[in-house]
Amino acid sequence: MGKEIKAGCARPTGGPVGKTDAKTETKNDNQNTVREVKAMIQVGKKAPDFIAPAYSKGKFTSVQLSEFLGKWVVLCFYPGDFTFV
Amino acid sequence: MSVDSIYVHKMWNDNELSKMVPGGIPFQMLSDAGGKVGAIYGIYDEGEGVNTRGRFIIDPDGVIQAFEVLAPPVGRNVMENLRQIQAFQYVREKKGTEALPSGWKPGKASLKPGPDLVGKVWEVWKTDMAFD
Repeated sequence: MGKEIKAGCARPTGGPVGKTDAKTETKNDNQNTVREVKAMIQVGKKAPDFIAPAYSKGKFTSVQLSEFLGKWVVLCFYPGDFTFV
Repeated sequence: MSVDSIYVHKMWNDNELSKMVPGGIPFQMLSDAGGKVGAIYGIYDEGEGVNTRGRFIIDPDGVIQAFEVLAPPVGRNVMENLRQIQAFQYVREKKGTEALPSGWKPGKASLKPGPDLVGKVWEVWKTDMAFD
């Protein structure tokens, strides 16, 4: 899945796609600025769409979550490559 | 998906993971520079600059059915992950007519919620069924 991307000096990046429901509110609470971010992940709600560069089987590609509509997806995050666990 | 670049993913897969999994990692290794995606999924640790161990099961409609988040030092349970996928696939197939009690796995009994089952679960489900 996803279209192949060329490897270059600029590190490919991705990120969220479309509007996100997260409301970032900035309030001035005395001298401290308090930022509230509403949690937007809930079971029964849509998974936020995103595009991300990917490596798979010798190829660099660009993957968008919404390409997988119609399939079950397990999305796993982890702290970092080579970090033991 | 981690904050590492696709180049580091390649090095990790080619030099280490492919020695654990013949042929290398069979799925896409995604890069999340700056944790932008992890942040909207609520699992990015700003202080450490990494994504924590968040795992999301997303159904064919793009709807999140389950998630789990672990702090970095402890790894996940793959079998539990598979059990949850099987369970959500089962209830989706039954279009909401059946529910799966604690400890369910394929082959174990499901419940058929309805007026007749109210107050009667104890007759059809025993606590030892929660365990293997």
